[in-house]
Amino acid sequence: MLRKVTLLAAALFLVGGPALASSKAHAPREVAFSFEGPFGHFDAAQLQRGYKVYREVCSACHSMDLLAFRNLGDKGGPFFDPKYPNANDNPVVKALAAEAQINDIDGETGDAMKRPGIPADRFPAPFANAAAAKAGNNGIVPPDLSLIAKARAGGPEYVASLLQGYVAAPAGLTVPAGLNYNAWFPGDVSAGWTGDHGHVPPGGFIAMAQPLTAGQVSFDDGTKSTLRQQAEDVAAFLMWAAEPKMEERKQMGFSVLIFLILFSGLTYASYRRVWRNESH
Amino acid sequence: MSGHSTYQPSNGFARWLDARLPVGRLVWDSFVDYPTPRNLNYWWTFGGILSLCLGVQIVTGIVLAMHYTPSAAAAFTSVEHIMRDVNYGWLLRYMHSNGGSMFFIAVYIHMLRGVYYGSYKAPREVLWILGCVIYGLMMATAFMGYVLPWGQMSFHGAVVITNLLGAFPVVGEAITTLLWGGFAVDEPTLKRFFSLHYLLPFMIAGVVILHVWALHVVGQNNPTGIEPRSKADTLPFTPYATVKDGFAMSLFLILFAVFIFYMPNALGHPDNYVRADPLVTPQHIVPEWYFLPFYAILRAVPDKLMGVLAMFGSIAVIFALPWLDTSKVKSMRYRPQAKLYFFIFLVVCVILGFCGAKLPDDQVIPGLTTIKVFDSDLNSFVWLSRFSTLYYFAYFLLVMPLLGLFEKPLPTPETISSPVLGGDKKD
Repeated sequence: MLRKVTLLAAALFLVGGPALASSKAHAPREVAFSFEGPFGHFDAAQLQRGYKVYREVCSACHSMDLLAFRNLGDKGGPFFDPKYPNANDNPVVKALAAEAQINDIDGETGDAMKRPGIPADRFPAPFANAAAAKAGNNGIVPPDLSLIAKARAGGPEYVASLLQGYVAAPAGLTVPAGLNYNAWFPGDVSAGWTGDHGHVPPGGFIAMAQPLTAGQVSFDDGTKSTLRQQAEDVAAFLMWAAEPKMEERKQMGFSVLIFLILFSGLTYASYRRVWRNESH
Repeated sequence: MSGHSTYQPSNGFARWLDARLPVGRLVWDSFVDYPTPRNLNYWWTFGGILSLCLGVQIVTGIVLAMHYTPSAAAAFTSVEHIMRDVNYGWLLRYMHSNGGSMFFIAVYIHMLRGVYYGSYKAPREVLWILGCVIYGLMMATAFMGYVLPWGQMSFHGAVVITNLLGAFPVVGEAITTLLWGGFAVDEPTLKRFFSLHYLLPFMIAGVVILHVWALHVVGQNNPTGIEPRSKADTLPFTPYATVKDGFAMSLFLILFAVFIFYMPNALGHPDNYVRADPLVTPQHIVPEWYFLPFYAILRAVPDKLMGVLAMFGSIAVIFALPWLDTSKVKSMRYRPQAKLYFFIFLVVCVILGFCGAKLPDDQVIPGLTTIKVFDSDLNSFVWLSRFSTLYYFAYFLLVMPLLGLFEKPLPTPETISSPVLGGDKKD
């Protein structure tokens, strides 16, 4: 069956079948993230706020399988403390891990049990399995967020825009039951559009209901909890989660480039010297 | 290579070894004393750059394989384990994934240089064919390597490309079943792709040895396309060519480093950071950039089998180049008309690459509806790829043979050193 479907898809590509009449979603809003550019750094305070948004809101439905609590205390992470180069010793990380209840097996009896988390534990998933996740979310598994900031065109700016993109559906657009209109979600809303077919509204229908509203998460550092603030903070946190070695990478890149430029200069000088008496 | 070996063993051990296994002599004759035309320009440095690329891919690949798990359940996670938990794993992986792209940038420049300066012409036909074999092996290796992270694009790219082989009558289904190790892209496919992805680079290295051997028998071509006549035309490989190659490699590494450290995912696709899911097909399946022109040729033909034949034909035709080009003059420096058609060919290849990345029915000029020809509007990428495909094949099958017979080339110099020493410094 799968083979037939893919063959059909390939065939459709080959004959250039009916156009995918896609109305384009809005381009992601520009956000001046601190980690952009060749010398970019993650802003620890922003990552901490973003983590709070994730813990209090996103983690109710979305897993983050690739992240462990210890990562929060890694260099460049939200709760890094130079006093604890080994994140497993970091008391903040320990406390955050202990807030979670982790499924385990009792070593004595072999019975399933729950225990408080330790830094080595991965972030617990909100649902026991994919079927349970589907059952609780209109038949769609909420995507894992570990890599989401790299897995969508537009990256963290797309994530921040999407979270702020729940605008009122334009008049003439019928939103299907169980779905929500979002002007930044890539998709095609022409099926629900009764207006002019040349002017289908941008965006798509997304299964996730608007997750964030102004003031929903209160920030410990006193930052005003606007929708935009929460969206950008959680987007920054998700970018860190997707690419935790970004700072290290950019720093190393700078040294490597300096070396290579000097080395090229030296090699060029030797080249000139070796060839000085030869016409070519 | 002409002339006798000038190798002089420098000590007793070297003399002893030279009488038993003359490896020192081989290295000396091939990489020190080997005469190179004195007028080689920077386009000739890509051979060295390519061996650097192969070395980087093999070394990083061997270390990555120590941490990677070739199984459908664990492959994606193991790649992320490399990115997060292996010391400098992110560096290894970004070197390897961007290294593939760098390899193709270099090989395309190397091949186009060969076409421009007629490097495939007698007596270098075997050298050229060996190069084409390397290119073929590179494509197979790159394709299988892209499948290994087991992301969405890996999986569905593998599905689309392996299904193409099913288009062949009679044998098609047997070939795909053999490739898949079953009846769909799954666990056995990943395992055999991993095994072959580890094997093929060593086959490439083997053919590279033959390629360099053939090169050292016939000697290098050069920008004039005139064979060296005397000692005045050549310089020893070391130090002249080595230092120039070294400088070019260093510049190339700067480009490589910019990609690794500042835009490591620019040449990849976001969908490949989503775990493979056979039940969810990405909206728009695209191969890596270096395959896009061939993907456009595939989709330009409305019939599946014919499309597959056109795609393979577009690669096969390159092998026949030495016999398709009838010109007596090698270098396009003295062939103004050939130069014109060559640059059109370059532009067409870029356009094909662009078409390969677009949906066939998307409009080339937005908002303009023209006439519907056959199955699509004329203002669509599918028609742009059709015209481009036509030129691609016409360039090899019509322009190359006919131009050699009818064009009037410019006068060529007597020897390499005459334009060089005469002060005629062209490119």
